[in-house]
Amino acid sequence: MATLPPSVGRRSRNWIPGAKGVLWIGLLAPVFILGDRIFLFGRLTGGDFVDDPVELIQHWTGNTALILLLVGLASTPLRRLMGWHWTIRFRRLVGLFAFFYATLHVVSWFVFDHQLALNPIIEDVLERNWILVGMLSWLLLIPLALTSTSGWIRRLGGKKWNRLHQLVYPVAALGVLHFLWQTKLLERDPVLYSAALVLLLGVRWLVRKK
Amino acid sequence: MPRNQHPHPSEVTPESIYMDRRSFIKRASVAGIGGSLIAGGVWARQKNAPRVEGTFDDDLTPWETVTGYNNFYEFGTGKGDPKKNAQDFRTDPWAIEVTGEVSEERVFSFDELVDGLDIEERIYRMRCVEGWSMVVPWNGFMLKDLIERLGPTEDANYVEFTTLMDRRQMPGQNSPVLPWPYVEALRMDEAMHPLTILVTGVYGKKLPPQNGAPIRLIVPWKYGFKGAKSIVKIRFTKRQPRTTWNEAIPREYGFYANVNPEVDHPRWSQATERRLGEFFRRDTLMYNGYEEVASLYDGMDLQRYF
Repeated sequence: MATLPPSVGRRSRNWIPGAKGVLWIGLLAPVFILGDRIFLFGRLTGGDFVDDPVELIQHWTGNTALILLLVGLASTPLRRLMGWHWTIRFRRLVGLFAFFYATLHVVSWFVFDHQLALNPIIEDVLERNWILVGMLSWLLLIPLALTSTSGWIRRLGGKKWNRLHQLVYPVAALGVLHFLWQTKLLERDPVLYSAALVLLLGVRWLVRKK
Repeated sequence: MPRNQHPHPSEVTPESIYMDRRSFIKRASVAGIGGSLIAGGVWARQKNAPRVEGTFDDDLTPWETVTGYNNFYEFGTGKGDPKKNAQDFRTDPWAIEVTGEVSEERVFSFDELVDGLDIEERIYRMRCVEGWSMVVPWNGFMLKDLIERLGPTEDANYVEFTTLMDRRQMPGQNSPVLPWPYVEALRMDEAMHPLTILVTGVYGKKLPPQNGAPIRLIVPWKYGFKGAKSIVKIRFTKRQPRTTWNEAIPREYGFYANVNPEVDHPRWSQATERRLGEFFRRDTLMYNGYEEVASLYDGMDLQRYF
């Protein structure tokens, strides 16, 4: 008697590995665009003349990190409200790339602004609230990136792992605050990101209350 | 790394002018003599030998950056917004009202105002309060010459400059980011200093709208925001005028706004700056390197009057 393969009857998840491959490319795209604009003068991807490459590197990487954090935070509301349970399959990868871009952001600051001189770095972090806030955000992201593997989920157990990874809330809040605080005046993007963050966290709170 | 992404100044300036300019910069510490004659309209009619206020290691910032990376919030807060949004800006006809403590209050056309004034080239460092800098070959005349012609009264202790207010042409003015119109001002002795110029051109060309056409202020020892753009009113006053950035955020932007590596912005250090196009920061110089102005501030507490 012919037995049905186990996947039949459930919705197939075969598309997920392929989608992950596409996602990898998408998540690496910002680094290629940045490289193109700076080293190849935008020949591949277009874009304007870069007047201040360091400013571009720092803004681009920081901005990408924040967007990815917010995208990662959208997974839970999308599952709860839309029933898009598949989003959870991609959340860790998005989070890992948020860390990747945040690290590029921080390292570019270490290198270009301070030429790796430790004392001025520490002085800047301690003296300037917006840098302190950004640095805290990045430091809190490190344990999350380190424990993002399936091995660590097993080792810690789902409950503990989830609790640890709730650190992403302060990470995102500090990151957005860092952006808000850095501009000369209130500008559109940091305000937009703040609104998105409030929305994403607010939805959680409302759903939990229900 | 990619210094080469920037066109060499020789690509954007007629070679004869460019060659002269290079040698000016090299000789600046000695004498700075020579002349690059620029044919053209009233904005760049050059009578005197250009005065060069650069130093040996100050390469000119390329034209693309000087005219494409601008803070001119009337056209948007992004650095590229002014170039994008200012292209249809009308600078002809242009009227400039002279008012306040002055022998005769009247309205001048742009041509009347600048007629007969010596336009010269000045290569100045430009240090933005945000922590970046450029080196720009301006074409302009000494504000002092204009003020002497206008004849302020004895009560004129300050000069105030107002930028055009025109919401249709300047979309940024529809947004309440700053209290419009933009106003800047100088103490009279600062205004009369020979380094202080009104600018009508850059790189030997007519000043582009994104740089403050048709006429703007440049005070090279102060942060860039003191340099009011697209000026429509010059007012002489007895009391210190209110100025836009100081009014918007008084703890961050002072009236004087002298470049000073020892007085930090509350949110960032002013000890270093990034020359646009360079990767590493360089030290910021006291008074942006124009130490000859120091005597204007003798006895003043620069931490307080920042």
